[in-house]
Amino acid sequence: MKFLDEYRDADAAKKLAAAITRTVTRPWTIMEVCGGQTHTIVKYGIDEVLPTEIELVHGPGCPVCVTALEMIDRAHAVASRPGVIFCSFGDMLRVPGSRGDLLQLKSQGADVRIVYSPLDAVTLAAANPDRQVVFFAIGFETTAPPNAMAVWLAKRRHLKNFSVLVSHVLVPPAITAILQSPGNRVQGFLGPGHVCTVMGYEEYIPIAEQFGVPIVITGFEPVDMLQGVLWTVRQLEAGRAIVENQYSRAVRPDGNLQSRRLIEEVFEICDRKWRGVGLIPRSGYKLRPEYREHDAELIFEVADIETQESSVCISGDVLRGLKKPHDCPAFGKSCTPQTPLGATMVSSEGACAAYYAYGRHLASKGAQAPRRQLVQIGAGK
Amino acid sequence: MCLGIPGKVTKTFREHDVLMGKVDFSGVVKQVCLEHVPEVKIGEYVLVHVGFALSHIDEKEAQIVFDFLKSMNQLDELETPSPRDGPS
Repeated sequence: MKFLDEYRDADAAKKLAAAITRTVTRPWTIMEVCGGQTHTIVKYGIDEVLPTEIELVHGPGCPVCVTALEMIDRAHAVASRPGVIFCSFGDMLRVPGSRGDLLQLKSQGADVRIVYSPLDAVTLAAANPDRQVVFFAIGFETTAPPNAMAVWLAKRRHLKNFSVLVSHVLVPPAITAILQSPGNRVQGFLGPGHVCTVMGYEEYIPIAEQFGVPIVITGFEPVDMLQGVLWTVRQLEAGRAIVENQYSRAVRPDGNLQSRRLIEEVFEICDRKWRGVGLIPRSGYKLRPEYREHDAELIFEVADIETQESSVCISGDVLRGLKKPHDCPAFGKSCTPQTPLGATMVSSEGACAAYYAYGRHLASKGAQAPRRQLVQIGAGK
Repeated sequence: MCLGIPGKVTKTFREHDVLMGKVDFSGVVKQVCLEHVPEVKIGEYVLVHVGFALSHIDEKEAQIVFDFLKSMNQLDELETPSPRDGPS
């Protein structure tokens, strides 16, 4: 077992889709929280094999998408400083700020580097003691342990030239904000499997109870996702609302305790502005004061940044599950992955970018979009 | 972004007093921090995100999805298919 191909098996997926069809008796709206899950759904056409009663809406779980424009402009201002080596995950490079993106800055002479891991940025700081190495620490809880480890290691190794620009976001406050928003349509959630490998799922139990919504912690492969939908539909049809764990091969109820301890050591909870959504109280991490010498926001003063988002873009409604990419007049026209207008088009995991990448903008124009069939699941085996 | 890829641990070592390892992702080998999965043994699988192992994959639990599918097969034999189950 390699824990990958087995979960892309077409027969297993068909069986689960048939079971969902047998179980459902009325319409339900289910949100997958994670951008990675959105990508799987669109790539494998999972929504196309579900019965018409089940609508999947796409959640806010793409950290690249929801990083506030102000923070991107701040990153660009820091990256433009002489003597700075600015390190980032590759997906942030093409996200446009108010004046271009990091790749353009690089072409103008800024030292911008893609790293695979935040720990690679620490290694870079050790190798370049005369330079300031800044890592753009974005992500959900999944990315918090590696980012925290980088800061913790830099402090222990006395690498004073290493700092992080932190824009961490948290899933449970976002789910709560969606459930509290006027016009909410979401009746059940496929919970974020990888976030829960770190945090466990205990903090989702009171949300399921308070709002009466089933939450099924779900993996990222087609078979995982169809099983997650089946379990969610079973709960909805039975009038139940509990937390279930479909992704038990990687998620324990209390997560990874060592990771949680390190997060607690390095980060503290703060209010955070989400692109397309706005400020959500207590929805992010920032560095604790004990780590302030590694906090790029304090080291590099950046004057007040003023930003303006597109007035056409409906990404805020897409992120809350209120609308779909097709509902936007700009989708696939003035807004494409090359010229994104808002949050959900800036990264391949954003709902609009995923729809565009798999040809669904063609369907919105009335043309025949390439339609994936379930039989293609596992075609790569 | 929250990508987690399963890979097989092929070697473990310490660097700057942190547990590290080599992890094989179907032929591509990368250096990975194993500090938060200290119990993992060579040959076992971990779930890796940005060069950091988040979780030790539990083989018994991994089987549960397929046990569930098997139990569905047995149910299928007992259940009369609903009229909605047309050819797919």
